[in-house]
Amino acid sequence: MSGLPNYHALKVDASKCIGCTHCMKACPTEAIRVIDGLAVIDHERCVDCGQCHRSCPTHAFYVEQDDLAKIKAFKYRVILFPSIMIGQFPEKYNETQIYSGLKKVGFTHVFEVEQPIQLLIDSVNEYLGNEENPKPAISTYCPAVVRLIQGRYPSLTENLILRKAPHDLAAHFAIERLLLEGAQREEIGLFYATPCIAKIASVKSPVGERESIVDGIVNMNHLYNEVMKVISEVEVEDNSVQRYNLSEEGILWSLTRGESRHFGSRSIAIDGIHNVVRFLERLENDQVKGVDFLELRACDQSCAGGILLTGNRFLTVEKLERRAKRYPSAKDISESTISVDIDELKQKLDIDSISPKPLFIFGKDRVKAMDKMTRAQRIVCSLPGIDCGACGAPNCHALAEDMVNRRAKMSDCIFLQQMWEDEGKITAGKAHLNVQKKWGTDRFKADCNKRGRRNEGF
Amino acid sequence: MKLLFTIQGGDFTRAGHPSSEVKKVLKQLDIDGKTIKNIVIALYEAEVNVVAHAWKGTVSVEIEENKITIWVSDEGPGIADIELAMQAGYSTASKEVREMGFGAGMGLPNMKKNTDELHIESEVGIGTKVKMVNYFS
Ligand code: SF4
Ligand code: SF4
Repeated sequence: MSGLPNYHALKVDASKCIGCTHCMKACPTEAIRVIDGLAVIDHERCVDCGQCHRSCPTHAFYVEQDDLAKIKAFKYRVILFPSIMIGQFPEKYNETQIYSGLKKVGFTHVFEVEQPIQLLIDSVNEYLGNEENPKPAISTYCPAVVRLIQGRYPSLTENLILRKAPHDLAAHFAIERLLLEGAQREEIGLFYATPCIAKIASVKSPVGERESIVDGIVNMNHLYNEVMKVISEVEVEDNSVQRYNLSEEGILWSLTRGESRHFGSRSIAIDGIHNVVRFLERLENDQVKGVDFLELRACDQSCAGGILLTGNRFLTVEKLERRAKRYPSAKDISESTISVDIDELKQKLDIDSISPKPLFIFGKDRVKAMDKMTRAQRIVCSLPGIDCGACGAPNCHALAEDMVNRRAKMSDCIFLQQMWEDEGKITAGKAHLNVQKKWGTDRFKADCNKRGRRNEGF
Repeated sequence: MKLLFTIQGGDFTRAGHPSSEVKKVLKQLDIDGKTIKNIVIALYEAEVNVVAHAWKGTVSVEIEENKITIWVSDEGPGIADIELAMQAGYSTASKEVREMGFGAGMGLPNMKKNTDELHIESEVGIGTKVKMVNYFS
């Protein structure tokens, strides 16, 4: 699959969206506006954190995925998935039942991505050991965080660790293993079960890479449903001991502190995009001293809180922690069990560079930009400052910026309209029409079953 | 363009607000990261100085095409010997302030290091005026 520029899998279903503004308020990059009564995502600004999806009371966001039937084209059909997938299933199914369920769905090889994790640990340690690399070094594990940094904290881009994520490691590892088994490269189809849209974007349009190594993406909740249809109820012996390269550290990797526990003498782990934002502000102001390593994850409870998971995130964490205890430490897995060329595999983990992509600039011409910003500042003075969202922008400031960028009109603010009406500048009829244009006629109809009632979606 | 902020003496929870706002504006103007960092560090130090020593103060900022000028003025005890205060490690911060992790005596030296021009005027018992200029590359 060739890399797609700026791919986003998240879409809004216009038949479900009621323009309630919840998503718009939750977005950490102010990427959403309500236009004609519908949420519209600015794909330049979106970092794929999934907050909007989470906050939608009508489940209007959906995630595009590849057709599972695509796997039929390959002789060797590999499903790669992060360990948290296992944590989704009810307790009564053991790992062997889940693994064979995945095979019944149509895969020939089942690979958890966090193996052989020691290679990644060594590689990151080597990176951290190089004095020239800026501190604190920031993990590139969560693609939403990487994009957030590129866009909103461009000066911190140089702190990103130039190493890939476990799914890249596993993809290369799986290929090498299958080649050893006698497969031809073109016979191998790699499919990745993703916990989130950020990973989809990073697989389909990888940062700093031209080509994606994966042939297709399956949403984890979809795959879960497919497996649940075919999973055997008959209890079988747990053969997890045969997963030679899976380790305690690997299983814990995608959870909070999964990385930070390994790196640096002073490390911090932060989960939840808004927590990450607050911390990055400080870091950018140079108010964080002496920290070596930062693990930053967009979701609360890290990938256990990914938007494409089925289970409750806290239960998932607990299950995985218990599961991890049954596996050996990564250090105790000998290199001979890996059985492929380790140095070659390690080389594949390097990323050449990640460049800043500032999202919030007002254009290249500084004088013009200053003029625009001054105008926006002046407009803000006239806006009510309650960030009500009725204009279709997340807050008054954003509306003012949209106005000077010609993406919004003064009359979008219902307070200003009210004032003009009072001053006799526009008629009541015209004012009503303006709001109707923005929100549609339905918003004015009395309807006790209107979507978006209180508590709906909770 | 111009920005104006007020600072309340003694309230460390709010220190950093003006510098964060200024940073936001400079980022929108696509000023390079290194310059922004210098400005933010210098302004933050100045804010902390006001919070730690003075009763209240104001920050006014003027951004032009090629430079940013920041005035931080406070009503406070003033600085008796500016030369001395400019030396690294010199501090008159109270014990409480030091216990909060501020007042290590790096304020003025740090401001000097991070600005292109720094002017300080002070009158004991009245207050201090700091002017900082940074040029954009
Ligand atoms: S995925 Fe995140 S960044 Fe993208 S629109 Fe939704 S909330 Fe905003
Ligand atoms: S924390 Fe994990 S699940 Fe959430 S966005 Fe990041 S990579 Fe995806």
